[in-house]
Amino acid sequence: MTTRDRITSRAPQGSVPVFDGDPLFLYLVRHADDNLILAQRLSQWVSWAPELEEDIALANLALDFLGVARALYTYAGEVEGRGRTEDDLAMLRTEREFTNVLLVEQPNGDFAHTMARQLFFDAYQLGLWEALSSSADATLGGIAAKALKEARYHFRHSSTWVIRLGDGTEESHRRMQAGIDALWRFVGELFVGDDVEAAMVEAGVGVDPSTLQEAWEERVSDVVSQATLSVPDDPFQRMGGRVGFHSEHLGHLLAEMQWMQRAYPGMEW
Amino acid sequence: MTTTSERTSPAERFQAIIDADEKIEPSDWMPEGYRKTLIRQIAQHAHSEVIGMQPEGNWITRAPTLERKAILIAKVQDEAGHGLYLYSAAETLGVTRDELVELLHTGAQKYSSIFNYPTLTWADIGAIGWLVDGAAITNQVMLTRTSYGPYARAMVRICKEESFHQRQGYEIMLRLCNGTPEQKAMAQDAVNRWWWPALMMFGPHDSESTHTNQSMEWKIKRISNDDLRQQFVDMTVPQAEYLGLTLPDPELRWNPERGHYDFGEIDWDEFWQVVKGHGPMNRDRLEHKIKAWEDGEWVRDAAAAYAEKQQARRAASRTGG
Ligand SMILES: [Fe+2]
Ligand SMILES: [Fe+2]
Repeated sequence: MTTRDRITSRAPQGSVPVFDGDPLFLYLVRHADDNLILAQRLSQWVSWAPELEEDIALANLALDFLGVARALYTYAGEVEGRGRTEDDLAMLRTEREFTNVLLVEQPNGDFAHTMARQLFFDAYQLGLWEALSSSADATLGGIAAKALKEARYHFRHSSTWVIRLGDGTEESHRRMQAGIDALWRFVGELFVGDDVEAAMVEAGVGVDPSTLQEAWEERVSDVVSQATLSVPDDPFQRMGGRVGFHSEHLGHLLAEMQWMQRAYPGMEW
Repeated sequence: MTTTSERTSPAERFQAIIDADEKIEPSDWMPEGYRKTLIRQIAQHAHSEVIGMQPEGNWITRAPTLERKAILIAKVQDEAGHGLYLYSAAETLGVTRDELVELLHTGAQKYSSIFNYPTLTWADIGAIGWLVDGAAITNQVMLTRTSYGPYARAMVRICKEESFHQRQGYEIMLRLCNGTPEQKAMAQDAVNRWWWPALMMFGPHDSESTHTNQSMEWKIKRISNDDLRQQFVDMTVPQAEYLGLTLPDPELRWNPERGHYDFGEIDWDEFWQVVKGHGPMNRDRLEHKIKAWEDGEWVRDAAAAYAEKQQARRAASRTGG
């Protein structure tokens, strides 16, 4: 089964985006959202990791993704030109306005789930940042070039763990396979573009996500087979993150993350 | 300079190093009591760094801004790093990290009581950085001169990061104190709750402290509990004044004759209650730590099993050609 054979669900009727605007702004925000939501998830691991070294590694990942999110939000705010800051964009938008892919908002589960999510996303970002490093937009290109260096380390970290867990003990093999099975339905969305992407491709700023698919397949299937694991047969793929049609998990994540700004509006911290 | 000749006994050489203010290294002979005291103290210090990740980690997902979130994640990550350096320093004395972690989990070794208080508001993150890291630095600056080399060197590294943490905590407090009345009240409430526990971090009075004398003779400890506490109070009072916050001690006042601040008596009943396990969060902290450890067991087992398989494969490919 390759991702090219996949059946993708469309966002249901009536769930059209609740926003529109400058495609560059929307493009920057969706990638910023991916990185912020994943950083928030990873930061939930701190003090819960299997060993102290891994607490440090997961915190590092959270910091990297958070750093990319901040750079992208700040630039998006400038592009929009309405004076919105990184915090306005992160803390004062609702569930329907967040446009991250569904993969990154999925709960941490056990360590194997987190590593499966990480493998899928890291392998995606390797291709994404590589392509965006040569963006016609110099600011985005700069952010991407820096993020690419980090993504190489992230991919090494997640692929090492997936192989270790897959080829470790019986229990870890079972858990790692369960993680891959549970999250597989969220990978197709990474490679489906829409009008925003099309406009960005035309402007030489963005990348057509479907062009990232083949290399992703190779990277992931290489790791999965080294790990003595397999990917599920079920071709069904969930969609909707890019139009704000999320899983029920995102609202809770935002409720926690945005609580201070909602409870104490307009203050400096 | 130490003069070591063939004829001096190990005990004499040890004493000569201590007297000359030089460092004892892992390969040097040392009295069993010195080794035991250090293992207990370094382990307790390492455990404190690790347990301390919990109260602060409690606010990572709710930090009010992305910048504050990043600073807090980095801080908690530093504390994990401090735990690692300190466990390594303890391992030079012939124990393993796993043994020490086990002693923490069974309650045979302790961690700093300060972390048995809950972080209830965002201002607590400021108050911890300012007061708790501040108190820790006062203690740790002394420990950079401790007689055991690996411990002293770990402290030099750690102190640099701790002073960064203290500045960041103070900066959070400053922001709150310059903010709305609601924010200022949040800051005052946090200081009310953290001030006395911070003073308790220096331990019992010198007259009550069981380990102090021997530790001072061995130069593990170089300043007494009461003197360190006084240093901390003298340093902190002007900082509180600058913030416009009131420290919750009616007896706190400058004593021109002593050249120090006088301050009130710690509630020693509370102090001993928390030490004995009856603080607000003792049970939660330990349960969290044990749960994380037990939940991670299958991961550690898998890593070990995989490493073994890899080794076997390498061996097989060498012999099998
Ligand atoms: Fe520390
Ligand atoms: Fe610290």
